[in-house]
Amino acid sequence: MSTVTPEEYQRIVRALKREPTETELGIFSVMWSEHCSYKSSRIHLRKLPTKGARVLQGPGENAGAVDIGGGLAAVFKIESHNHPSFIEPYQGAATGVGGIIRDIFTMGARPIALLNALRFGPLTPRQGSGQAGPDGARTRRIMEGVVSGIAGYGNSIGIPTVGGEIAFEEPYTSNPLVNVLCLGIVRADALVKGNASGAGNPVYYVGAKTGRDGIHGATMASAEFDEKALEKRPAVQVGDPFMEKLLLEACLELMATDALIGVQDMGAAGLTCSTCEMGSRGGAGIEIDVQYVPQREHGMTPYEIMLSESQERMLLVVKKGREAEVEAIFEKWDLHASHIGHVTTDGVMRVKDHGKVVAEIPNTALVDEAPVYDRPTTRPAYLDEVRALDAAALRPVPPQEALLALLASPTIASKRWVYRQYDTMVRTNTIAAAGLSAGVVRVKETNRGLAISTDGNGRYCYLNPRRGAMLAVAEAARNVACAGALPIGATNCLNFGNPERPEIMWQLVEAIEGIAEACRALDVPITGGNVSLYNETDGRAIYPTPIIGVVGVLEDASRVLTRTFQGAGDAVILLGEDRGELGGSEYLKVVHGLVRGDAPALDLAREAALLKVVIGAAAEGLLRSAHDCSDGGIAVTLAECCFDTGGTGATVELHGADGAVELFSESASRIVVSVKASNEAALLARAAAAGVPARRIGTTGGSRLEISAHGQKTIDVAVAAAEQVWSTALEQYFKRAVA
Amino acid sequence: MKFGVVVFPGSNCDHDAYHAAHDILGQDAEYLWHKDPSLKGVDVVILPGGFAHGDYLRTGAIARFSPIMPAIRDFARAGGPVLGICNGFQVLLEAGLLPGAMLRNRDLKFHCEHVYVRVEQTDTPFTQSAARGQRLRIPVAHGEGNYYAEPEVVRELEASRRVIFRYCDARGEVTEAGNPNGSVNNIAGICSEARNIVGLMPHPERACEASLGSADGLVMFESVLAALTREGAVSGAHPERAPASRGA
Repeated sequence: MSTVTPEEYQRIVRALKREPTETELGIFSVMWSEHCSYKSSRIHLRKLPTKGARVLQGPGENAGAVDIGGGLAAVFKIESHNHPSFIEPYQGAATGVGGIIRDIFTMGARPIALLNALRFGPLTPRQGSGQAGPDGARTRRIMEGVVSGIAGYGNSIGIPTVGGEIAFEEPYTSNPLVNVLCLGIVRADALVKGNASGAGNPVYYVGAKTGRDGIHGATMASAEFDEKALEKRPAVQVGDPFMEKLLLEACLELMATDALIGVQDMGAAGLTCSTCEMGSRGGAGIEIDVQYVPQREHGMTPYEIMLSESQERMLLVVKKGREAEVEAIFEKWDLHASHIGHVTTDGVMRVKDHGKVVAEIPNTALVDEAPVYDRPTTRPAYLDEVRALDAAALRPVPPQEALLALLASPTIASKRWVYRQYDTMVRTNTIAAAGLSAGVVRVKETNRGLAISTDGNGRYCYLNPRRGAMLAVAEAARNVACAGALPIGATNCLNFGNPERPEIMWQLVEAIEGIAEACRALDVPITGGNVSLYNETDGRAIYPTPIIGVVGVLEDASRVLTRTFQGAGDAVILLGEDRGELGGSEYLKVVHGLVRGDAPALDLAREAALLKVVIGAAAEGLLRSAHDCSDGGIAVTLAECCFDTGGTGATVELHGADGAVELFSESASRIVVSVKASNEAALLARAAAAGVPARRIGTTGGSRLEISAHGQKTIDVAVAAAEQVWSTALEQYFKRAVA
Repeated sequence: MKFGVVVFPGSNCDHDAYHAAHDILGQDAEYLWHKDPSLKGVDVVILPGGFAHGDYLRTGAIARFSPIMPAIRDFARAGGPVLGICNGFQVLLEAGLLPGAMLRNRDLKFHCEHVYVRVEQTDTPFTQSAARGQRLRIPVAHGEGNYYAEPEVVRELEASRRVIFRYCDARGEVTEAGNPNGSVNNIAGICSEARNIVGLMPHPERACEASLGSADGLVMFESVLAALTREGAVSGAHPERAPASRGA
């Protein structure tokens, strides 16, 4: 199985100045796969801002790192495991968690938080199909598998899952997205790199034995799916969180000594990728003999050993003369470190089998000669059709009925059914306030906290990839700011279809440029991430879905803010303003069955000013709660502010032209905050000084949410009744499901 | 006073128990590696939560053979206070230091959430500072916490007042709705015949600071501190010389 094109084959022959051996061809084919080489996205990824005062490590290492103050660094990255999770949901998701955790601790950091961004098809049969199809049942099965896979791995290894988000859209039915973000903490001066250097230094293999699982996993992740996708199950790996826990503890113990030169996990493309990349980064070569690689099965060929993607394996380079010390640390953790080779000076990746050379490739040939494509782009024809939206022609729907329908929509409803299965608290750092807009963990031995949010609205990106991507950055930063934290860095996971199709490539380029622009304006450099292409099944692509993870610092973790109203008599203030935008909204989709219009407008300067006001006011202690207006518009936002409060309501007066539009419009750059009445003037003054529109729209209190426009009540619902709908909607789907 | 926190290779709440004892209570604390047969003179032993050896076979089934277990057995036999939390409780069951076994949760899913437990008995070193009937808000985080024992064992546990914690609802009533995992008689924690070994599924070490959601678990650490202080134990004292509290 090789996906090398005839042109790429010629390139290999030129680089080697001879025909490749079978093993070499396998090595080239995985290293030059889309998954490992980023050949379609590389020239565009260069447009992303990756530098900043706080950036300690940008893209290129196992993960990025930012300075969080006090001599500490946060190491974080997001990665996809989409294809494996469709084929085998439990193991696909579990090994996705395992893979990203390894990327974090190979940097020397102790992982302290996980988040996941998940996208599934609708839980109900395909809308408008007129018949009960199998899709809903299959989606429930995929989702149950993914959630228990994430739980099975994260809970066992003891890293809390502190946040993330889930959305349900038709195009993810046969191509779910599983993006996992991991964050760790390390002393800034103790960051570890994945370098090999020092001729003669021993190269160790440690962890699970190598089997035939996952061979060409990276290649699989670089191809579309068809009806035979499930036959690819042997290319999915099986996770062993206990093994990874041993590796994690042993590696951190080793890193506390100075015996280690560099380390890299064997993820995609396994031993091949780690051997080549470590040598390349360190300007050295690595020579290994596969006979010393621990093997799970008999009779494995060098080709299979080099390409296996068995999980929980690490490659280490240590200082010569320190072997006994290194081996003792691994023995303590019941791991066996196998000495499989050494560092050379010739810049060549040399693989032997019982002393006989089976592959000999200059690192430069694999890395620098890798093909880079500037693929053609075409603006998709569908855009003109879907952008047209005649809001006036919409069937009138009573606003209260619409609000309750939105609260029951799985994308908006409480995800308690999901997160209750995750250990959210292990390591005792998770700030446990109900209704946090971001995952918040404290940093022990400091007063600080870190807020992390992942966001990305596929519908917006489908309607307008550039703006949708910008909105994803803005929303993630806004959610972090709503917790009171200052956004300082970002990671991205770009989930798209087949880049060989010019329409898909256009979406990808637009999205990357949108991310770049938004990250610059909001001062959140991208420190790393992952690109997942070929997310298509039977020629149907997913919505273009860039997921953005933003990390923020909260100087005083005890000042963390939640979305929840804190009692009666507080002023409810809207920062930002509505522009009557229903395009791409959850309202249009849920209530009218439409995915149409344009994504909401975004003025990045206004967004930046808004974030500054909220972060400043939070630090000063002016705010009692803060909640971003996004899915479902201000009506859903206000309802959510009332939830998890024990039934605190609010009375709100809106002033827009059209009640329904203003209730459900998803205009960006808006935050609903509550303040003590005595702080209202101070907040409004702060907003005015920053040029941020701000207006008192109501008062908290009572047990009902009452919203009126022009003196006429449009919503009047008991908080308890609305909360019942919102908190039980998701689990209803699983109660009905019979496996 | 010195707390010892046992570290099996797959323990993952060891740092949390250490943090509670050392940083919140301000006591000496030490990690006890499971391959080391010595308890290093600690006054209290905590078996923390986690997945001791991966627990693919049965929770705690391998941990009972760890080299440290005979030392813990001796320590307990001499009256030393031993607390098993979650996986630590499962290990104590497998080791036969407490009776019963764990089944998978009633709905076959992992549950992580704050629940309520009612303090049923206060004559143990880990509950003596609590009030009988006191309702504690403490998180659970387990997939196999559905406590089961043969009916006669349960009868004996009840008759000898060895059920220490019961799951309850927000009002302190022992109800089916308040039971997160299906445990028989809503049992959340039990003690040994001599009452110095306590095991429970909820995580008191995760409930020692209000910012993390609850400080209700602190009373268990304060209890053992008070129990040993009153008995005249000093830091580093061996239980052979200074037997711990047998109860109020």
